[in-house]
Amino acid sequence: MLHIENLHARVEEKEILKGISLDVKPGEVHAIMGPNGSGKSTLASVIAGREDFEVTDGKVSLDQQDLLDLDPEERAHAGVFLSFQYPVEIPGVTVTNFIKASINESRKARGLEEMPANEMLSKIREKSALLEIDRKFLSRSLNEGFSGGEKKRNEIFQMAMLEPKLAILDETDSGLDIDALRIVANGVNKLRSKENAIVVITHYQRLLDYIVPDHVHVLYNGRIVKSGTKELAKELEEKGYDWIKAENV
Amino acid sequence: MDLTDKLLSSFIAFEDQVNVNDPVHEIRTEALKRFEKQGFPNKKLEAWKYTSLQDLLTTDYSIFPNSKCALEYANVRQYFLHEIETFKIVFVDGQYSSFLSETTHDGVDVCLFSAAIEKPKYKHVVDAYFNKVANQKDALTNLNTSFANEGAYIFIPKGKAPLKPIEIVHFATGNTPQLLLQPRNLIVLEEGAEAQIIERHQALSPIEAFTNSVTEIYAGKNAILDYYKFQNDQLTASLVDNTYIDQKEGSEVRVHTLSFGNKLVRNNLNFYQNGEHCNSVLKGVTLASERQHVDHYTLVHHAQPNCESHQDYKGVYDDRSVGVFNGKIIVDQIAQKINAFQQNNNLLINDKATVNTKPQLEIFADDVRCSHGCTIGQLDEDALFYLRSRGIPEKESRALLMYAFANNVLESVKNNALERRVKQVIADKLGVRLGFNL
Repeated sequence: MLHIENLHARVEEKEILKGISLDVKPGEVHAIMGPNGSGKSTLASVIAGREDFEVTDGKVSLDQQDLLDLDPEERAHAGVFLSFQYPVEIPGVTVTNFIKASINESRKARGLEEMPANEMLSKIREKSALLEIDRKFLSRSLNEGFSGGEKKRNEIFQMAMLEPKLAILDETDSGLDIDALRIVANGVNKLRSKENAIVVITHYQRLLDYIVPDHVHVLYNGRIVKSGTKELAKELEEKGYDWIKAENV
Repeated sequence: MDLTDKLLSSFIAFEDQVNVNDPVHEIRTEALKRFEKQGFPNKKLEAWKYTSLQDLLTTDYSIFPNSKCALEYANVRQYFLHEIETFKIVFVDGQYSSFLSETTHDGVDVCLFSAAIEKPKYKHVVDAYFNKVANQKDALTNLNTSFANEGAYIFIPKGKAPLKPIEIVHFATGNTPQLLLQPRNLIVLEEGAEAQIIERHQALSPIEAFTNSVTEIYAGKNAILDYYKFQNDQLTASLVDNTYIDQKEGSEVRVHTLSFGNKLVRNNLNFYQNGEHCNSVLKGVTLASERQHVDHYTLVHHAQPNCESHQDYKGVYDDRSVGVFNGKIIVDQIAQKINAFQQNNNLLINDKATVNTKPQLEIFADDVRCSHGCTIGQLDEDALFYLRSRGIPEKESRALLMYAFANNVLESVKNNALERRVKQVIADKLGVRLGFNL
């Protein structure tokens, strides 16, 4: 489904991704771990189409569709979803209006009519219940004054509404207490299917106790230096990242 | 002949149309003398540093319309809040249109300034209020006073409120391609009275209309007034709006200035708090593009203690448009326990757009809370990426962010039909249709 081949990217003159290759098949969950500054979030941003990064070499495709030529919104229409590490506050636009705009613009891009209001409403009800989101929360301005946990829950709520083929969760566990973590992970697990894939980016193993990955990759200094099963994540938790660093001087 | 000379020489012709024996005419001639001395304001004056009338002054305006022109309601319906019931005071090329208007004398007076100065039963109101709060040192106000003869007259007696919102609409038909209009509105709310007024100036074709309007508003004790200035005129039309508001104890006056159209707009909005526990609210949304010039020049004069004022102006400037915000707050020495807030936030969408923003605080009391802030910025790139990554295209994302930026000013618009209209204008102006009802 997701195919990344020899991906190089830089910001200004600094090369951050130095040849990443990764294949994610439908139904799989991949975890990308690594110390701070290894390029995890850059990888997520490059897949989603952030223009601050310049791709200098390599390929990224989703179901054989080249993503690198597409604008961020076109990637979203193709089925890419990025759960932000730091969701942006947008005063003046409610969560509900935002999600309506998001869904209807995606439908428009696919040549579909706008979603009927009652269908939209019942979908919002269903998905907000899944993430234990209060109704009042939905009429608040997007992310404005939200706690860290509320922001992340809102991200997963959007994911649930948009039903992407590929969801990239960038440090979704950061800033969450254990209860919020459980709600978020539970929500993500319910969204797993044979048709979609999830890439979990995380510094810690903690989230992977709840969202169990099929594959774990260690990113260091812009390269995937180790891949394995969920056992690799446990090993990293015990040993820390120093042995990875020592092996890759 | 320049415009000043033309105006002075037209005054004789104007005198043929009005009752020169009326005391009002004495006020006019005095005002004309002052204007003659002052002339039009120029950029050397601090108050006009960022706004030049030079272009307008070299235009050969007609002081009187060429001919009377009747309009079909169907052709101008779109300019009214036709979804709701309203009283209407309508002028076509400066002349009252009884056909398009819906006035009333049922408990309240919603009618004409020309009628108010002619009829004995309104004489005491005109004597008591006409040209009292208007600034007699202001040249353009004096010019308007000199030719003051037509406009809206609204009198709401003690404890009354009209059953419907009131629309004041001035049309310029294009029959006279370069027309100077000088409407004069007198609005009096007695103790505990309430009203909602929407004012609009609209040219029906791209003509060079220049409107120099003066509105005097008197809000009696505990009166409540919501006043909306809906400015979405042709990009060839210009407007100088001089509004003076006298507030008595416990009154609340909220003015929303919604500026989307026009070539040049100057809003001189002046609040005088002459009683305790007054509240003055000044809100503005401006969306300017091309070569539009929009200037908000506000004054809040706190002359009594225990009052509040709230100013919140948001502007979005694209292309080569120019924005000005000058907010003056005066707090007299006796005016203790004042809360005065002022905020002006601007977005520059294009490198060539300009905003000049200037707070001016003159505080002579020591126990006051006064805050002001102004920002000039660009759209947040992180926010833009966030929206786009959710499938909202760039153009719509930009529009959504601009809309969101202005939205908190619109939240206080109490007339739903107007609010919908304004949001539609914003969406049209941003060139988008979003997947939800703005």
